Amino acid sequence: MLASESALSVGWFLDHAWVIPIIPAVGFALIILFGRRLPMKGSEIGVLSMVSSLVLALGAAYQWIQRVDGASGEVAHGLVKAAEGHSAPYVGPVIHEWTWWQSGGFEFGIGQHIDGLALTLLVVVAFISTLVQIYSLEYLRGDRRYTHFFAALTLFSAGMLCMVLAPNMVQLILGWEIMGLCSFMLIGHWWEDQANARAALKAFFTVRVGDMGLLVGTGALFFGANQWTQEHLGVSGFNISGLSAWAMSGEASKSVLTWGAVALFIACIGKSGQFPLHTWLPDAMAGPTPVSSLLHSSTMVVAGVFLVARLYPVFWEGMKIGDTNINFIVLIGGVTIVIAALLAFVQHDIKKVLAYSTVSQLGYMMMGLGAGAWLPAVFHIFTHAFFKACLFLAAGSVSHSGSHHSFDMKKDMGGLAKKMPITATTWIISTLALAGVFPLAGFFSKDEIIDNVGHNGYQAFMIVGLSGAFLTAAYMTRATYLTFFGEARGAAAGEHHDEHAAHDDHDAHADHDAHAAHGDHDAHASHGPHESPKLITVPLMILASLALVAGLANATPFGSNWERFKKYVEPSSEYVAVEAAVAHGPGEALSPVVVTAEEAEGEAKSGCSYEAPGAGEACYFPAVSHAEFKWSKAALSLLIVAAGLVSSWLFCVQYYTRRNRRLVGLTSRNVVLRGGYTFLWNKYYLDALYEKVIVRAVAHPIAAAAYWFNQNVLDGIVNGAAKISRRTAGWVYRNIDQRVVDGAVNGSGAAARGTGGALRPVQSGKVNQYGALLFAAAAIGALVLVIINT
Amino acid sequence: MLTVQFLLLGAVLFCIGVYGVLARKNAVMVLMSIELILNSVNLNLLAFSQRLDSIDGNTFALYVIAIAAAEVGVGLAMVLLIYRNRRSISLDELSDMKG
Amino acid sequence: MLAADLLVAQNIGFGVIALLMIVGALRVVTVNNVVHAALWLVVVLSGAAAQYLLLSAEFVAITQVLVYVGAVMVLFLFGTMLTRAKIGAEADLNNKNWAIGVPVALLMLGVMTWVLIDGFGDEKLPNPDQQVPVQALSDDIFGPYLLPFWALSFVLLVAVIGAIVLARKD
Repeated sequence: MLASESALSVGWFLDHAWVIPIIPAVGFALIILFGRRLPMKGSEIGVLSMVSSLVLALGAAYQWIQRVDGASGEVAHGLVKAAEGHSAPYVGPVIHEWTWWQSGGFEFGIGQHIDGLALTLLVVVAFISTLVQIYSLEYLRGDRRYTHFFAALTLFSAGMLCMVLAPNMVQLILGWEIMGLCSFMLIGHWWEDQANARAALKAFFTVRVGDMGLLVGTGALFFGANQWTQEHLGVSGFNISGLSAWAMSGEASKSVLTWGAVALFIACIGKSGQFPLHTWLPDAMAGPTPVSSLLHSSTMVVAGVFLVARLYPVFWEGMKIGDTNINFIVLIGGVTIVIAALLAFVQHDIKKVLAYSTVSQLGYMMMGLGAGAWLPAVFHIFTHAFFKACLFLAAGSVSHSGSHHSFDMKKDMGGLAKKMPITATTWIISTLALAGVFPLAGFFSKDEIIDNVGHNGYQAFMIVGLSGAFLTAAYMTRATYLTFFGEARGAAAGEHHDEHAAHDDHDAHADHDAHAAHGDHDAHASHGPHESPKLITVPLMILASLALVAGLANATPFGSNWERFKKYVEPSSEYVAVEAAVAHGPGEALSPVVVTAEEAEGEAKSGCSYEAPGAGEACYFPAVSHAEFKWSKAALSLLIVAAGLVSSWLFCVQYYTRRNRRLVGLTSRNVVLRGGYTFLWNKYYLDALYEKVIVRAVAHPIAAAAYWFNQNVLDGIVNGAAKISRRTAGWVYRNIDQRVVDGAVNGSGAAARGTGGALRPVQSGKVNQYGALLFAAAAIGALVLVIINT
Repeated sequence: MLTVQFLLLGAVLFCIGVYGVLARKNAVMVLMSIELILNSVNLNLLAFSQRLDSIDGNTFALYVIAIAAAEVGVGLAMVLLIYRNRRSISLDELSDMKG
Repeated sequence: MLAADLLVAQNIGFGVIALLMIVGALRVVTVNNVVHAALWLVVVLSGAAAQYLLLSAEFVAITQVLVYVGAVMVLFLFGTMLTRAKIGAEADLNNKNWAIGVPVALLMLGVMTWVLIDGFGDEKLPNPDQQVPVQALSDDIFGPYLLPFWALSFVLLVAVIGAIVLARKD
């Protein structure tokens, strides 16, 4: 029953997976240094580095499959005894960690942590990056900052790959921040347009709010876990497997776990555009379409989901996912699904529809993770990447060749299916995949999430998921109809816009420079709609065919032999014996040496999440249960999807083409509908809430207090006690006598005017006053802390 | 000797420094007050270094001295620039940030 | 607390120097002459160096004298010279914010005094049997704390360049 580590095969690709992010990083440096002098302005280096990363990632994935197969083969031959009730033995991740830097006794590592999850993301990121870079060769041809665009895109890939294979939180944060920086640079790629610069800043700051949570959570978990991990595993409290084992050990402090998990989840909310912080993602569509396709739909925004999946034991224990009560993650995910899907209905901009769709789908992933459906959620990352990237690229293709660089579905599109057959076909395939129509990719992942959420006891959220599926089918049909069917409008009808007027209308794609620089580019756009060149359609076709078949990688309906994803990606929830902290060589910090077979008690209630591991053992993953596939449940969700598709199609035909009297203008006739429409059109007033209410609510009391301090205390000291007493008397008179009596009538008006006026003195511009506020706040804060603690 | 006597001396110096930062008008004087604050911090670092029998406090006191030198250099360069532009280094007149 | 356990000479030394420092510090923030303030600052900084010696931190004390009393003070005097034609006394070096400064400083002092006395009370400092060896200090700097040292070198470089760029006439 002992299986030494050597029995599991480790090939060259698996062992050297850390090279994968280094290639694009070097590529980035080369593009920045020499890009402008190269014949293709540096883009060839970008594409080449992504292709080599992809090859390495695929090699590593192949060897991982061999490794898992080898381990299962040993089980079959009786060499290794697997735990009862589990067919697969424990297959440890391939971890290498070297010292990156050390300071004051703390050591920070860098290296790789390769398991199924990391490899899934590696392959997806490298693959989509390659296709998007190829697509960009044509899409951004002639752009003024062509070289910089490819440099930033390559750096982004380096950051994402670095984060995905991080063995510890420090490297993860490194990759996370690189991605944030690249996102900022790429959204603001055409920063000459004020709207784009604003969108870039908004994205940066909103994500930044969440990133504070990442730092706080990492710190909290480190100080909570470091001693335990050093003692039991000989790794630092930043180490991801160390943190997982610590969370599952049953010895972890509950409050540290909970607060650490909440803090980390706030980072995930920011990065993955979950409910309260999702507002940046639709605005991020101001970037070029390839950027939206790569960063803001398929890869970067799943970083938050990835973090939850990566540190799943921490969230499992910290949020008590196994308890089947409502927890923070499932709640946020569920709310996001519905809220974003509803917003997608009132958008005119095709990319914004897709953006809200992305937010909604990320909600599915989060909800799945929050409800214990780990594998379906990760599988949804995998499938969603293909069809959503394809949808974005198709939208880009439409605007590139069909609608004269406009993204407005109502003004400049319609009837494009005949003019752009390839784009239309790929779009429709991806739409059906997204909606979750049976043999396509989305069905196998989304339906699994909904099914498992219900199976794990979160019935209410299953209904949320099903209604989300209906909405998804409906809004995607609306977008499809407006873009590709019905009568052609505006630019799609070959109308020659006054070019500048068109651009002023559509802030999303203000590509003045590319136009001015390239007359031929402009000329072909004015020929009217036509199919895009090969560099654009080939990536579309590749992605669409994957949207067709990717679901088969984990086709639960066809029996367990088809569940390859489950076999190769899901970590096993076995008890693993570990050597106590003994001296390991570098790169061998954590090596599970023995695979023990614990007797399984019963079927469902065994495994890591139910009992704490014994001495000398560790758990790296909670035992998640999987719903059994039933055609009856699948039929229900398919029915709902079909209802969404058909009803939305019929509505669109009536509304947009036949201009049915009863429907057109309904939102302005019916009060309820008008209210709902206005509410959605203003995005639930969240932006207004952030910019007006919250900022004011924080600033006003401080301002009012400072004003009062200024008026009553400061002047009082300087001018003498007499004035103070007079002022106090006056204050009493004004406030008690006048304001309480009259307050009922005009109190609110006066308060609003008063606070507005009070805002100004605190912004005196005088450094001393700012300093005084700072030190006084510090002193009072310290006083409060002291009083609380004594 | 008691630990607390050094810490209290540090606290007194710190508060005098804070007062100086808040009350002085002349930018050079504000920089001097900041030096007082930094010295009180150093006093604390060294007192704890002695108390815990660890050399780390000494190391960080040295780092603080180096940072202070950099800070004075840049600070005075800024004061010089302000003076050249405005013929005055009174902080009261520097209120361009007024909102 | 037994009187015998206290090192009398050192305590007297501490008291005298501490008094000098506090008076000096108060003068720094109250005198109406920039040059006088700088000279009072010299008193405080030298006093701090003496306190470091009492805390058996010989090397830090020497560095304090070299860097602060030597270099930084000269910088301050140059700064004064270059920005103020008038070296003599001046009427209002204080702004009207002194009225905020006093309560804030007193509040901080109160909180800190309370916390320190509450936390450390009459705990004794271990007797310094020897000065901190410079070799151990260098091992510490170039061993575990090498990274901050690098960062610091970078900061100094940036500060030097920044100061030149800022102060250059162009």
